Amino acid sequence: MSTTTERAQIATGPSPSAPVVRVHVPQRSFGSELRAIRIVWRRELIRYRADRLRMVTTLVQPLLFLFVLGAGLQTLARAGTHGVALKTFIYPGILCISVMFTAMFSAASIVWDREFGFLREMMVAPVRRSSIVIGKCLGGATVAGFQGLMIICLAGLVHVPYDPLLIIGIFSLQLLLAFSITAFGVMIAVRIKQMQSFMGVMQMIIMPMFFISGALFPVVGLPAWLAVLNRLDPLTYAVDPMRRLVFSHLTISPQAHQALASGVTWWGWRVPGLLEAGVIAALGLVMLAIAIWEFSRTE
Amino acid sequence: MDRYVERNGNAPAIVVKGLDKRFGDVHAVRGVDFEVAVGEVFGFLGPNGAGKTTTINMLCTLVNPTSGWATVAGHDVVRERDDVRRNIGLVFQDPTLDGYMTGAQNLRMHAELYGVQRDLVEPRMQQVLKMVGLWERKDTVAGTYSGGMRRRLEIARGLMHSPRVLFLDEPTIGLDPQTRRSIWTYIRELKEREEITIFMTTHYMDEAEWCDRIAIMDHGEIVALDAPETLKAQVGTDRVTIHTDNNEEAIAALSERFGIEALVSGGAVTFAVPAGEKFVPRLFAELELPIRAVSVSRPTLDDVFMSYTGTTIRDAEEDQGVNRSRQMMRVMHGGGRR
Repeated sequence: MSTTTERAQIATGPSPSAPVVRVHVPQRSFGSELRAIRIVWRRELIRYRADRLRMVTTLVQPLLFLFVLGAGLQTLARAGTHGVALKTFIYPGILCISVMFTAMFSAASIVWDREFGFLREMMVAPVRRSSIVIGKCLGGATVAGFQGLMIICLAGLVHVPYDPLLIIGIFSLQLLLAFSITAFGVMIAVRIKQMQSFMGVMQMIIMPMFFISGALFPVVGLPAWLAVLNRLDPLTYAVDPMRRLVFSHLTISPQAHQALASGVTWWGWRVPGLLEAGVIAALGLVMLAIAIWEFSRTE
Repeated sequence: MDRYVERNGNAPAIVVKGLDKRFGDVHAVRGVDFEVAVGEVFGFLGPNGAGKTTTINMLCTLVNPTSGWATVAGHDVVRERDDVRRNIGLVFQDPTLDGYMTGAQNLRMHAELYGVQRDLVEPRMQQVLKMVGLWERKDTVAGTYSGGMRRRLEIARGLMHSPRVLFLDEPTIGLDPQTRRSIWTYIRELKEREEITIFMTTHYMDEAEWCDRIAIMDHGEIVALDAPETLKAQVGTDRVTIHTDNNEEAIAALSERFGIEALVSGGAVTFAVPAGEKFVPRLFAELELPIRAVSVSRPTLDDVFMSYTGTTIRDAEEDQGVNRSRQMMRVMHGGGRR
């Protein structure tokens, strides 16, 4: 059956009279680099759209945390939350980790591309390696943004109002975080040759980052060692402004606000949300630079 | 304008001088020299590990040479990396398609990466896809293509930006004979239509016959370089096989009368002589033994390889065995899909 198809295609092959369309590859320019960034970005979206299963599977984890853990621990937590539902409290943390997992998956596609050879196709193109990395990071951020949007849609279920300003704020923070995490993932993915190893490394890094960040607990009154780790964890600076933003739109008692969302402090100084976002952005740019540097060295 | 001048001024498409590559202790390529003319189909022939892929990788700017230099389409492969890349198309030994994207999306991605003029992307895509017979399947996800279709799509992609030199590293490896032949048809046709130079590697002896010239590579060195016919002529001997009633007697008589060393292979007596067809009448006249059948065969590229390296492409043959079983598996799996 296979051979008949091949034969038919040879027979119907090219018509010799058609004129040859000759194209010309121009010198590298800023415009051509932008085109390369755009197509690498678009490829991430094409792949995301093709992989419906991934949309669903990456939703499972946040939903488990939000509704199963949130509901299950509700009775235990009641004493400390001053009337705020636990699921409402952990919602900002979940907004962060959902984009985090998606962004990591996007970064993993570099390892995937290497294993399946597609990376080579991009590597030999007459474009800067940095364009490929930047396109990849923007693509990862966009895809993670979509995934985050789904969690934003659930706000009503956890008693968070659909305030346009709040949604814009959350979404911007999510995009920022997604970009930084993708850059982080790409930085690691460039060095790793196998998918399994990458997933292992990710588990080893992501889970501690997630637990220490305060996504599931308030960052005040922690044991000293944990407080130190918490302030060192980059994810802390994504979860905290997210939580402050969400809580500023809740109608809750001042005590509850104080106990649950008083904010990260450095030696007693309350770090402003904008600075926290700045920390995430700066880390993202540093990791992007490292990723580009590493990627440019590989043959 | 300068492109035109270069094409007609007979500047070679590829110039290689003393190209050498070491990977630690392994001396993969040992100072090779050769030139490839514009419009030529040039083949690199040799067993696995002979240094073919390393050489192709250096010419494609993927690996830097340890010493020596090379120019492709007039540009130095180390100092003018980007200029080389703009002018070459690549089809790798291992597949490099995105199986999640359609055939058309794979080509469009390539066109964007290479900065092909926007208004020419569609017509060019139509042209290359029609050439390899995939135009009707362009909107199907590449992951569902058969092995032969994937390879054809890769060739089409390598041509998307009208390269002046197309590199094909083992373009037919792992494909069935039918598909291999169709790929060669495309390659020859390409040469007619696109004014393109083709540089390819293979370890299928029969495929090397399609090339204008071949270089035989062994242990990192080029041991012979010429047109396939010339190389075969240089072997200088034909193989004569005779069937007799008494092989021992025949061997003894051959040695006595002609000073020829013959041996028994597959129940027949076989030996090598120059100009075999002229030798046969003498054989009948002077051997004084009944001969029941005789055949004379021209040297094959296998004989050429043997005469230059003293071995057969044994591991290449072993590889073909592997490919055959791989191909069987694909037929079995692919059957359900279509």
